[in-house]
Amino acid sequence: MATALSFRDAVALAGGFPLLAGLTLEVGEGEIVHVRGPNGAGKTSLLRACAGLLPLSSGSAVVLGHDLRVEREGVRRQVGMLGHAGALYDDLSVEENVRFAVRASRGKEGQVAGALGRLGLDGRLARTRVGKLSAGQRRRTALAVLVARRPRLWLLDEPHAGLDELGRLALDGLIVELAAAEATVLLVSHELERAERLADRVVTLAGGRVVAEASGQRAPQPIAPARWSAAEAVGVGSDVA
Amino acid sequence: MWRDAALVAGKDLRIELRSKVALNQVVPFAVVVVILFGLAIGQAAPPAGAASGGALANATVLRAAGAGLFWVAVLLSTVLAVQRSFAVESADGARDGLRLSGLDPAGIFLGKAGATAAELAALEVVLGLAAALVYGIHPAGLAMLAGAGALATVGLAAVGTLYGALSSGTRVRETLLPLLFFPVAAPVLLAATKAFDAAIAGTPAAGTTWLEVLAVFALAYVALGAVAFGPLLEDA
Repeated sequence: MATALSFRDAVALAGGFPLLAGLTLEVGEGEIVHVRGPNGAGKTSLLRACAGLLPLSSGSAVVLGHDLRVEREGVRRQVGMLGHAGALYDDLSVEENVRFAVRASRGKEGQVAGALGRLGLDGRLARTRVGKLSAGQRRRTALAVLVARRPRLWLLDEPHAGLDELGRLALDGLIVELAAAEATVLLVSHELERAERLADRVVTLAGGRVVAEASGQRAPQPIAPARWSAAEAVGVGSDVA
Repeated sequence: MWRDAALVAGKDLRIELRSKVALNQVVPFAVVVVILFGLAIGQAAPPAGAASGGALANATVLRAAGAGLFWVAVLLSTVLAVQRSFAVESADGARDGLRLSGLDPAGIFLGKAGATAAELAALEVVLGLAAALVYGIHPAGLAMLAGAGALATVGLAAVGTLYGALSSGTRVRETLLPLLFFPVAAPVLLAATKAFDAAIAGTPAAGTTWLEVLAVFALAYVALGAVAFGPLLEDA
């Protein structure tokens, strides 16, 4: 398995405070890694460092074959990050948000409709302004942006937050499908059992470094690919706030 | 770069058309500023020795100061427009989305500055009519007005966008932006006022030098912004 990301003794500081304190981690392509740990352990900082949003003070980091310290832009084009915020524009519609991301990444127009359909956001929802959506629908829109951009490395920070149960199942299916397509997923989640079922490996952080690693329980076969369109069909999560 | 600029400008203008912040807040604010200047100067005590013709003297002062007052109103409005331009990127973490988008930072700068310039240009048309009405100005050199207005607008939008990026990542952005922006934009205020004065007086040739100053300022800040915006986006 080729290496998707490799951190060696990575240190990242914010105002002199260590967010990452000598973190060493290697993740293979197509691997799903559940990153867990207490608040302030460095989980979100690790994701931001992987995306080149948090510069390292020392140590080395190679992501998708690019040295983060010298080839940050090369990494960013291949990374998709879903943070606590969705990075969406409230005054643009769902479709316009996805289209902007696709055009910015020089994708093809067809990727817009594909992503909207995959996340069950086609039809009336596609034309709805993001500012009028429920929290779950916003989350799906943010995921649609990532699906449309087709990154090789997915950095998901509490991606299940705000989704209803059918939506969570559909997201689980999406994550497994991504890994099957050789995309790499770093999944930060406080839903420990759910994330462990999805992951190949579980990495525990504390104080900005890896303190434990264990195998995950990822099923050899993909989880039933529940779709948001199915959720819409039974009337769950289809309300516009 | 230009493709990215068009994409970002289109996005920003679309957001503005939907939210109507400039239309509902910035334009009324600017018009109120123009009117307040008119009231303050129009009602001021007449100059010494003009006891019988005080109102007439004040009207003359108002006409003479009209161009400067117009550009002060534009300057104040630019701060609001730039703050709005970066507020949409701060909300919901869109700034990180921009950094990960793959867009050329120079393109992002040109797009945001271009959208701000378009909004300011529309504002200046409305404000110009209001100023002409309130201050009793009847400009003669329309070509000079248009040229100076366009160059000053580009300069203000460029420097505003540059300092908007610098201040937008700070907790004191609302107060920091005007503090940074006003001193740097002072040459635009001066040159645009002089060029407008020349146009209003019907002697546009007298404003040519100021037009050149505006062109140099605009060019310098567009170039500086295109180069510096990337690091500012990362560090702010």
